[in-house]
Order: sequence, then structure tokens, then C-alpha cells
Amino acid sequence: MSGIDTSAGTTTAAALALGDDALILSHRLGEWAGHAPVLEEEVALANIALDLLGQARILLSMVGDEDELAFLREERSFRNLQLVEQPNGDFAHTIARQLYFSVHQHELYAELARGDGPFAPLAAKAVKETAYHRDHAEQWTLRLGDGTEESRTRMRAALTALWKFTGELFQPVEGLDGVDWAALEERWLAALTDVVERAGLTLPEGPRTGAWAAGAGRQGLHTESFGRMLAEMQHLHRSHPGASW
Amino acid sequence: MVAVTPETGPDAALGTDETDGTGMTADLGAQLAAAFDAAVAADERVEPRDWMPEQYRASLVRQMAQHAHSEIIGMQPEANWITRAPSLRRKAILMAKVQDEAGHGLYLYSAAETLGTSRDELLDKLHSGKQKYSSIFNYPTLTWADVGAIGWLVDGAAITNQVPICRCSYGPYARAMVRICKEESFHQRQGFELLMALSKGTEEQHAMAQDAVDRWWWPSLMMFGPPDDESAHSAQSMAWRIKRHSNDELRQRFVDIAVPQAEALGLTLPDPDLKWNEERGHHDFGAIDWAEFWDVLKGNGPCNEQRIGQRRKAHEEGAWVRDAAAAYAHKQAAQQPAKPAGQNEEARV
Amino acid sequence: MTQNWPLWEVFVRSRRGLSHTHAGSLHAPDAEMALRNARDLYTRRNEGISIWVVPSTEITASSPDERDPFFAPSADKPYRHPTFYDIPEGVSHL
Repeated sequence: MSGIDTSAGTTTAAALALGDDALILSHRLGEWAGHAPVLEEEVALANIALDLLGQARILLSMVGDEDELAFLREERSFRNLQLVEQPNGDFAHTIARQLYFSVHQHELYAELARGDGPFAPLAAKAVKETAYHRDHAEQWTLRLGDGTEESRTRMRAALTALWKFTGELFQPVEGLDGVDWAALEERWLAALTDVVERAGLTLPEGPRTGAWAAGAGRQGLHTESFGRMLAEMQHLHRSHPGASW
Repeated sequence: MVAVTPETGPDAALGTDETDGTGMTADLGAQLAAAFDAAVAADERVEPRDWMPEQYRASLVRQMAQHAHSEIIGMQPEANWITRAPSLRRKAILMAKVQDEAGHGLYLYSAAETLGTSRDELLDKLHSGKQKYSSIFNYPTLTWADVGAIGWLVDGAAITNQVPICRCSYGPYARAMVRICKEESFHQRQGFELLMALSKGTEEQHAMAQDAVDRWWWPSLMMFGPPDDESAHSAQSMAWRIKRHSNDELRQRFVDIAVPQAEALGLTLPDPDLKWNEERGHHDFGAIDWAEFWDVLKGNGPCNEQRIGQRRKAHEEGAWVRDAAAAYAHKQAAQQPAKPAGQNEEARV
Repeated sequence: MTQNWPLWEVFVRSRRGLSHTHAGSLHAPDAEMALRNARDLYTRRNEGISIWVVPSTEITASSPDERDPFFAPSADKPYRHPTFYDIPEGVSHL
């Protein structure tokens, strides 16, 4: 793996995990450009993608060169959650992914912002952004869940399809030692239950991990579509070794 | 919700022998037209509820709609490279730029709506090919350098066109353009900077930049529209101060600006006839291939079908989302008793 | 069924000490989404600290001064060029 300053130890591992989450989700949201269901939503999705990309750049820069890390690592070296790499699917899938992730990220950053660890300054800024991402996802969950018959069916299917990736959200991340992961999970479940019920739906049942153990993404085990996503993301940078852009 | 225009308005039915069918007497009509012409000539702004000639209204709607459509179709060639941007900094810039274009489309649709035509109507006309967008976006973005060439040349040409519209006689259009021009100031610069990095980069990067400029130069010159003597709408638009300068005038201005910039970039503009004319105080340039222009305009460009196809697909696939939100709003409104007036504390000035 | 989202007028307070100023309009299914869309669209470069949204249909406009001949007709026929009347679907032209 190139570009990683290992002297910082566990902070590096945590920065990579959080940075990769933001980087990869930002990329997926960027794929919506020109395809959103309504123009106002083009602007909203891009706002969220830009916030996340900004977070990713700060976090990756804590570890090494942001571009080397983003464009020259192999798939197995990425530490992001499997949830964030899942393809956009229809708008309901994108909203379900946003809901699961942004509630988690908001609660986690709020906790990090209260502490005095190396991530506190970033979290203090990012928590405002993630509050907005969370609100966006909640508003759309309500509208899709309690909108038309079709939207309800699609929203329910999306929540169910992505449910198996949510167990990983609460696997302790090396370097974020002060975080009470069990309490975080409780808050997440309570928040999710509340919004999903207000949307006239119920939380999916069934296992919250897929074929891999929870925490797989954090160990560099990803899903198939991720490799293709990286191929697209990295190809130009890799085609011109050493070039500046 | 569709807005009404005079022909379908309640007054259309009231026409009597004394009126000209728009509900007013011929005398009053002439008086209004004279007052309108005088106001425009005095550089006063026309606002949405003012009387205006129907042709003026139609011209404005046509131009604003085409402008708005160009912004949202114009997202596509650049969005084509968001997922492949070669650095995170470039990726952030490109995402912000494409987002701006969606925003600018919204400002322009919003301005067009003040003339009594809804965004849905305008989008329908775009999707069915009844209204056009700038032909430049029917060319493909084949390499990363195309993102730079679009920023430098296409946005550069657009800005040359748009700055004078900030003083357009129609208030809402002029105001939208002021906001757009302010926001777009970074668009051209990022393109120039992107090309500069490539031009000064490796040999392959330099070649990539030159190739992009070779492909985008002539289409950019076509963006100013046909020569003045062939331009269908120019003269009247100038008289109404919707337009301030002729197509050829703006094109010349753009060439004069671009030549020294190309030199600074270390790139060549693909025109052997391009040279400074001391006598005119301008650059002479070669003949534009207008046959290509008309051909692309007619739908035979490399990407016409692809661009409209993607737009239509996004719109159609988004229908269930828009319906869901509308249905939800409807249900919520039905459940909530109307708020008594004055109860909303926040809305007090 | 495709329902069109209504039009909202957006007013932005650009900084403390100034009043809200009309910024433009947008489409949204309801007030909550209108506020959010307005935030994204009209304040993405930190142009504002407070936003109002009003359904365009709820705005009652005055007629401009009747003594000015340029404006006389709009006082005479307030319905002539308004943007926000309902007409049946399918009726469209410029």
C-alpha cells in the first residue's frame, strides 16, 4: 500500500476507515449527476456528495497523500463499509443507503465532536453537514414510504435489500477507542425505528450481516461491484503514472 | 398547475367588436406599444406584470427556455467525467460545476415561469424536440482534457454571450443572469487551469489538451449563432434589448480574447487563417463550416439522441419519485387543519 | 398519474440586519421540501442565514401606479399576465 504514514498508528486506521466511507459514498452519489428524478434533487445530491468528498480529503490527508490513497490502492486495501459501496439502484435504494449511513455517521460524529481525540475538530464541522444529510434522507424516507403504492413498495424493498449491510456500522473501529458502539447502535436503531414507522413501514427483519462477517469491509473484503467502481474511478489517474493534474 | 397567458385568460372570451381580440381597443393597443417601446428604448426594465407585445413575450420564453435547457443538457458531457476525475481536487471542482449548471437551469426556468409558462411545459418541449438547447452539447467528451476545453472555450463563449444579457430589458432574465455570471466566474478559470496543467504536464497530457482544443474550437465559435445576415431573431431581439450585440460582434470579441489565452496555454488554435489584422484591430479567422452547424442543429450531431435520451429517461424514471412526494404532501395537507393567520411567529418581519 | 409540484417563491436574509429579499422561485411538493431545496439552490455559496418560502399562489400583488401610462393596463386587467392561474391539464402554449 502506498502513501500511508504508519507512524500515527491507530489514528491512521480510523482515518482510513472514516475517509474511505466518505470517499466511496461521495463517488456513488456523484454517479447521479444528470440522472436525478427532479432538478432540485440534482442540487441536493451534489451538495451531499461534495460534503462527503470534503470530509474524505481531510481524513485521507491525515494518513498520507489523498490522491495516492484514493487512486493507487487496490480494492483489498480500502477500509470502507460495504454499505457505502453498494450501487445506487433506484432512488429508493439510494435513499435507504443514505438513511442507514447518515444516521450512523451523524451519531458517530456527534460523539467524536464531544471528545478531545484527533477527530474532534473534523467531527465538529462534519456533524453539521451530516445532520443535513440525515434530514434529507429522513424527509425522503417519509415521502417514499407514505407516498404512493409504488413508492412504498420500492422503499420497503430498498430498506430490506440493504439491511444486511447495517451490522457492520457498529463494529468497533481501531483508533476510535472512546466510542461506545453498543450505545451508538441503540441510538441508531431507535432513530431508524422512529422514522421508518412514521413512514408507515417497519424495520426489516433478518440478519444484519451478509455472507461475510460483520466488519468485512473494514478488513478490505468488499462486494463485487466495488471493483468495477474502483476501475472506473482509478483508471485515468493510473494511466499516467506520476503525472500532475 | 399551468399558468395562463392572455389568449386563454378569462378576458379572451370578452372580446367584442371594439377590441382586437386581446381585450383592448386598437387605440389603447397602439398607446401601450408606444409606451413599451419608449420604456425599452430608455433602458427601463420590463417586469412580469407589465404589458408587453406578444412577440416580445414569445421571444423571451424561447430564448430563456433554450438557455435553461442548455444548462441542464450541458451537465451531461461534463458529468461523464465526474467518476473518472484524476484527482480529488479536480473531482470536487467538477462536481461543484455540474451542480451549478443544474442550479443555473433552475434560475432560468424560474425566470421563464414569470412569463406564464410552467417548467413542466418547457421540459415537455425539450423532451419532444420542440425546443432546442445549445448545439455545442451534442459533441462528445472523449478525454479528460475535454472537461478543460469545455470550461475554457465553451464557458468562455457562453460568458461572452451572457454578460450583455445581465442588462437585458426583461428584469427576471437580467437578474438571473447576474447571479449566473457571478457564479460562473470560476467555471472558465478552472477549465483554463486544467488545460494549463495538462499543457505543462507530460507529453501525453499535452497532446491530450491539444486534441481537445482542436475538437472544441470550431464548435465554440458556432455557439454565437449564424452570421448576422442569416440570423432569424437577431434584429428584433436587439431592438427589444433582449440582445445587446450581434452574433458576429460577440464572436469576434471571443476570438480576440481567446488568441492570447491559447498562447499562454502553449496550445495552438486549429485555424491556419487566424492572424492579427492591424487595420481592423481584430483577429481575422477562417471560414466556419456552417453546413456542420445546421446539420448538428437538425439533430445529426454525434450525441443529439443520446443527450435527449438520457434527459427523457431521467425524467420518466423520476416520475414515481415526484408522484410520491406530491401524494405525501396531499395527505399531510388533508390531515392538518389550516393554521390561523398570524400564528407563524417566524414569518414576522 | 404525474402530479406537478407547486411553485414556491423564495426569500433570503443574506445577513443579520437586512430584511428577506426575493431570490427566485423553485418547485417542491410541500413547504418542508421547499425550504430544503431553497437552502441548496439559493444559499449554496453561503448567501443566506434565513429563508422564507411562500406558495406562489398565496401572493397577492398590487397593481403598479395607474398614473403611469406604461403600467395602466395592468391595473385595468390584473388577470392579464399573471403566472399562477390554474387551467386544465393538456392546455398549453406560450
